[in-house]
Amino acid sequence: MDAPIARNAPAPMPAPKLTVRNLNFYYGGFRAIKDVNLEIPANRVTAFIGPSGCGKSTLLRTFNRMFELYPEQRAEGEVLMGGENILTSKQDVSLIRARIGMVFQKPTPFPMSIYDNIAFGVRLFEDLPRARMDERVEWALTKAALWKEAKDILNQSGNSLSGGQQQRLCIARGIAVKPEVLLLDEPCSALDPISTAKIEELVTELKSDYTVVMVTHNMQQAARVSDYTAYMYLGEMVEFGETDQLFLKPKQQATEDYITGRFG
Amino acid sequence: MSANLNDASALAREDNPIFRRRHRRNAVMMSVSTLALAFGLFWLMWIIGVLLWQGAGALRLSLFTQMTPPPGGTGGLANAIFGSVLMAGAGTLIGTPIGILAGTYLAEYGHRGWLAPATRFINDVLLSAPSIVIGLFVYAIYVAQVGHFSGWAGAIALAIIVVPVVVRTTDDMLKLVPNSLREAAVALGCPSWKMITMISYRAARAGIITGILLAIARIAGETAPLLFTALNNQFWSTDMNKPMANLPVVIFQFAMSPYEDWHTLAWGGAALITLLVLGINIAARALFSRK
Repeated sequence: MDAPIARNAPAPMPAPKLTVRNLNFYYGGFRAIKDVNLEIPANRVTAFIGPSGCGKSTLLRTFNRMFELYPEQRAEGEVLMGGENILTSKQDVSLIRARIGMVFQKPTPFPMSIYDNIAFGVRLFEDLPRARMDERVEWALTKAALWKEAKDILNQSGNSLSGGQQQRLCIARGIAVKPEVLLLDEPCSALDPISTAKIEELVTELKSDYTVVMVTHNMQQAARVSDYTAYMYLGEMVEFGETDQLFLKPKQQATEDYITGRFG
Repeated sequence: MSANLNDASALAREDNPIFRRRHRRNAVMMSVSTLALAFGLFWLMWIIGVLLWQGAGALRLSLFTQMTPPPGGTGGLANAIFGSVLMAGAGTLIGTPIGILAGTYLAEYGHRGWLAPATRFINDVLLSAPSIVIGLFVYAIYVAQVGHFSGWAGAIALAIIVVPVVVRTTDDMLKLVPNSLREAAVALGCPSWKMITMISYRAARAGIITGILLAIARIAGETAPLLFTALNNQFWSTDMNKPMANLPVVIFQFAMSPYEDWHTLAWGGAALITLLVLGINIAARALFSRK
């Protein structure tokens, strides 16, 4: 892994891609996120860590308004991208989601061929001739380190792949539409160590083109992959900073307790 | 630690009374359910056996080529088979799109408000409504208004039977599609109508088609709704605005008659419908298991 940011001196944080201001989130009457403020730097990997139920996935799902699928969920506050509040934007929510892609905890291949899994998202916004689409599919699968395994079985169902391959297919599908931000919600929690290593490697590569935000239960993973880490507890943002700083010299006692396993 | 292990080996013995009671209970339940299975299968096999035995004599080519005969004459069921296919086909074509669209609303859009739960409840009532009520309903609103029985009236009555079956299966099958799949599609910037048509329908396809097949099987043998709507026709007729022959009503009339020839044809028609329904069910099952 290369080290793009100085590890010791407090490097200036890159310009934020997403800015979260006074964000509150409710499941019905339950307040799951409490006054969170956060700046997610562009072209870096930011990890959210914290115990189950602390709100890290919920926070991630506000960034592409995924929660709107469920009528009892709502968010208040601001999530700014390019100066515009995503949460109240008049823009069609589909356009926002096309700019902010997401990969989920469990692999979710669509019930169609591997090729069509990738082409599906691309066709939503682009009318490419066959040859260009072929190129795009190859590009996305190569990026997701799946091309070698999939190139001869592009017409097979996405469900015929192994779990790790399916997850890489989902990542390929996510980047094929060329979003600006990629949200990863515990992308490795259902995978074996080898697939996990491949996806971690992939995430590290992706940050040259994308802003990556990832939720993980695995603190080693956060330490290995991310440039910035946020520790959340009970819906509050306890600490946010450079990953090395947060893991080596946490400012909050609560963070230190959690990362050293003395929590609870 | 070793004491626990010793305890375990002392308990896991055949003469443990709890273990033996559990075993006896298991044996009793097993026998009772096997008997119930045999009881159910016995009647089913008997029905199919009698139908095939009695109907075999009538299952000749002439059954499919000749018209229903007058008493004492020879003939087949060609007009009734054609009428049944036509009305069941029309009923399915009318009822299926309505059923699928309504089921889609319930499963995909009906998260909020009172409309979806109320519709679902009414649909369940309709699902179990006696078909004769539906026949009378169509008689009152259509047949009585235009003044004559007709094939269209029969098709409408059958469509009303198809709708709740298809609504229910579409609703159930779409609800089986994991939400994670919907979220994944939406996360790509997919509008919801496209998510439903491209992802949800595709994932639930086998189940929805099975529901349609079962609805067809259901209306293939419905007699009561046709008795009040399409009635019957002794002649070959392709005019859906005229009374129309159909297998169930022909079976009903022929079986009630005193004529031997008619009885044979009624058996033949009954065997035909049963084989058709059996075939459709097997097809539905094969389709569903392939998924």
